[in-house]
Amino acid sequence: MAGHATNEIDGAILWGGKVSPFSASYGKLMMWFFLVSDALTFGGLLVAYGFSRYAFDGMWPIGEETFEALPFLGNGFPLAYVALMTFILIVSSVTMVLAVEAGHRMDKKGVVKWMLATIIGGFFFLGSQAWEWSHFIHGTEFGRVALSDGSSAVVKGEFGKIESFTVIEVGHHAHGMVAGDEITNENIDASEVDLMHAFQHAASAGHLHATADGLTITLHDGTKAKVNKEADKNLELLIKEAGSKYPVSLPSDASTRVSGEEAISEYYEALSHGNVIYGANLEQNEYGPKQYGQFFFFITGFHGFHVFSGVIINILIFAGVLKGIYHKRGHYEMVEKTGLYWHFVDLVWVFVFTFFYLI
Amino acid sequence: MAALAHDGHHGHDHHEESFVSKYIFSQDHKMIGKQFLMTAVFMGIVAMMLSIFFRIQLAWPGESSDFLNAFLGDRWAPDGILSQDMYLGLVTIHGTIMVFFVLTGGLSGTFSNILIPLQIGARDMASGFLNMISYWLFFLSSIIMLVSLFVETGPAMAGWTIYPPLSALPQAVSGSGLGMTLWLVSMAIFIASSLIGSLNYIVTVLNLRTKGMKMTRMPLTIWAFLVTAILGVLSFPVLLSAALLLLMDRSLGTSFYLSDIVVGGEMLDNVGGSPILYQHLFWFLGHPEVYIVLLPALGLSSEIISTNSRKPIFGYRAMIGSILAIGFLSFIVWGHHMFITGMNPFLGSVFVFTTLLIAIPSAVKVFNYLTTLWKGSIVYTPAILFAIGLVSTFITGGVTGIILADSALDIAIHDTYFVVAHFHIVMGMSAIFGMFAGIYHWFPKMFGRMLNNRLGYVHFWITIVGAYGVFFPMHFVGLAGAPRRYYDYSVYEGFNSNSYEMMLDLNVIISIFAILSALGQALFLFNFFYSIFRGQVAPQNPWRSSTLEWTTPVKHIHGNWPGALPTVHRWPYDYSKPGMEEDFVSQITPLMEGEEEH
Repeated sequence: MAGHATNEIDGAILWGGKVSPFSASYGKLMMWFFLVSDALTFGGLLVAYGFSRYAFDGMWPIGEETFEALPFLGNGFPLAYVALMTFILIVSSVTMVLAVEAGHRMDKKGVVKWMLATIIGGFFFLGSQAWEWSHFIHGTEFGRVALSDGSSAVVKGEFGKIESFTVIEVGHHAHGMVAGDEITNENIDASEVDLMHAFQHAASAGHLHATADGLTITLHDGTKAKVNKEADKNLELLIKEAGSKYPVSLPSDASTRVSGEEAISEYYEALSHGNVIYGANLEQNEYGPKQYGQFFFFITGFHGFHVFSGVIINILIFAGVLKGIYHKRGHYEMVEKTGLYWHFVDLVWVFVFTFFYLI
Repeated sequence: MAALAHDGHHGHDHHEESFVSKYIFSQDHKMIGKQFLMTAVFMGIVAMMLSIFFRIQLAWPGESSDFLNAFLGDRWAPDGILSQDMYLGLVTIHGTIMVFFVLTGGLSGTFSNILIPLQIGARDMASGFLNMISYWLFFLSSIIMLVSLFVETGPAMAGWTIYPPLSALPQAVSGSGLGMTLWLVSMAIFIASSLIGSLNYIVTVLNLRTKGMKMTRMPLTIWAFLVTAILGVLSFPVLLSAALLLLMDRSLGTSFYLSDIVVGGEMLDNVGGSPILYQHLFWFLGHPEVYIVLLPALGLSSEIISTNSRKPIFGYRAMIGSILAIGFLSFIVWGHHMFITGMNPFLGSVFVFTTLLIAIPSAVKVFNYLTTLWKGSIVYTPAILFAIGLVSTFITGGVTGIILADSALDIAIHDTYFVVAHFHIVMGMSAIFGMFAGIYHWFPKMFGRMLNNRLGYVHFWITIVGAYGVFFPMHFVGLAGAPRRYYDYSVYEGFNSNSYEMMLDLNVIISIFAILSALGQALFLFNFFYSIFRGQVAPQNPWRSSTLEWTTPVKHIHGNWPGALPTVHRWPYDYSKPGMEEDFVSQITPLMEGEEEH
């Protein structure tokens, strides 16, 4: 194949016309130049991210703190899931190499096998990214709070389970509820999704009220209810932006955090004032400055779009392989060209991963 | 080696084609080149008209003009006076069309397409299909850009550089709404077209050269097109990322470029973005773009000057080296557009240094043109006149470039008419002159007929006198302190009535020259369209040139050469070689016994 020819042809002949100087077909060369161009698009975006991060005056979110959840297993696994995603994506690059190699040997079965593996890897990555986004958007159970002294903090610890709401005053969509009834995850109004969502919506809208014997909540339909909730454990506030009372917490020094009774009272006071942000969107996010969320969505989204296109292209070429088009043609160069694109998308992820998760 | 056998399969068949596949969705590089040229000529006329509209306002501010009212209607020229919003719209779209559609798509699209396969001995472009797609995307983006002129709220009004916040906030000026959106859509399609075209040019030059066509035997045109295409592939994607982020700011409420803005007394909730970020991304494209525009023109004129001086180009390898050097340097000078953004003065001085370095390869090119002309037996065709015109404007504009490169001076004259004068002369005029030179020289190859020389001479003299008449006085307007993109300078009367009088007088002179030279282009248009149908039939090799394109039949055929592809034996500049029968030797002539290759 073309790839092996470089050493056999005299350089003077290669550059003298009639033969490609890079000993590659024009199609492959075109793909290379396209990738160079696409690399500059990503380069532009990542440089823009770096520019904004460098220009930001304050703490930028730390990857290990933001991304520490695993599906089904909860929090406390910094970067574990993204590491798995990255690993799968890199493995899919390896299977792509094996597909190309099988193509060189004109081994149709091998190409089919390894391309299929690559496509599955691609789908896994896309699914994981969807989960990662969803988690990023919904955020943590505690959210980020603005405290009374003007400081801003993220909350660590274990959120006590919400067991039910006891209705105090019935709203205008009563659904047969009367005062004293229990609202649970089973009978809650569909617009509230579940108790946790209802709690978070109410908190960010300022519809939680701290009273002497606990918290009351006002739901969408105006129903007032008492929140029955297990106690939060080991609640700690990590101050991210200093206020008049609390200085910024140092990552290495636990004594600079706010803990114990003080943390609980500060947290619930913030909750009852609606001074809490859950998750991320384009306007705001609990993790840090606006631009963090915006760049995260745009750049990982743009990369995800590339992966998605790559999977689609892989499927098309896979169909061609199954039909035997390339076998009849006598070479599997199309697989090789798609492979170049796939490796590129993987390589870009390594940079995106580095910028958003590692540094 | 199976993969290498691809080339050569193209276009051997001579079957009859339908009208649509021959003239509209053609995949033949010669037809696509002509399509680019026609579109560019049309876009050029539009952009020129737009400039005449705002020149009328600048020379006779506040005076009623039936001409403006006839074209712009009561909406944009009530009582025949140009509205302030439309003034900005005209300036913006004039710049955009000229820079991107005429001098990028038009110049490089036309001549890369026509000349690359013909001058390297290829049957066609590497991918005729992608080439066709590239043209039709260009066409589509042109249409969208033109349509934006007819939007009720007006076209984009943020200047061709579309700096945020003017471009990022739909409520900023009337053109920041739908007009700006259409601008961005058009440019996104344009970038796709440019990328596809450039990929094709690059791989065609690298992979499809005929036997014997070493890289060091390629005409300088091809070198220029190659480096231009590489610059395009490297710089346009960065504009794409800038434009995508801008679209987010416009439509999804992000704050990549926006922070602390008050519109109509109301504070927007955008915090933390930076408009300077946009400028960095934009000029990372923007500066190489200058050379994307200029290099093809320099390549064309190299060829034309050598052929018509009947002398080998002076310093062939130095010319290649300077093209490469200019291409490289163009990526590390973008900061000189941003000296007044609060850039660290030390960083500024780095950009001053890299910018001044560009003077070296540029000077190499100029001196090589002059030494090629020196003592040549010059044949004064219209083409070489325009090529010499290019050398002239390249020097004039280059000299003011050195002034602007110096941050200490630039801070004083940034965004004045001095800058307008500089880039119109060095980039606008040089590239247009190169484009005209190319059209006069290769018209016989494109259409099989000759342009009328006498009209060509008149056209040249009107154009060069007009060009200097328009742009030279702008230096003084700028030094007197007139900022660019102002609708009216009457506020200056209060500060210094003498300099205001001077600005106004010069603006009248400039506008008169602009109108006259615009009228002069009618001669060219007449000559161009008349000659396509009625011109004198072209001989095989009208300029007695040694490059390959003149060995193809005058009447176009698919695949360019009827028989086998020619084999190249020598470089393209064997003019007046001692011991030869004629004063030119075609590249396909084998070396004589004992003859040395240049």
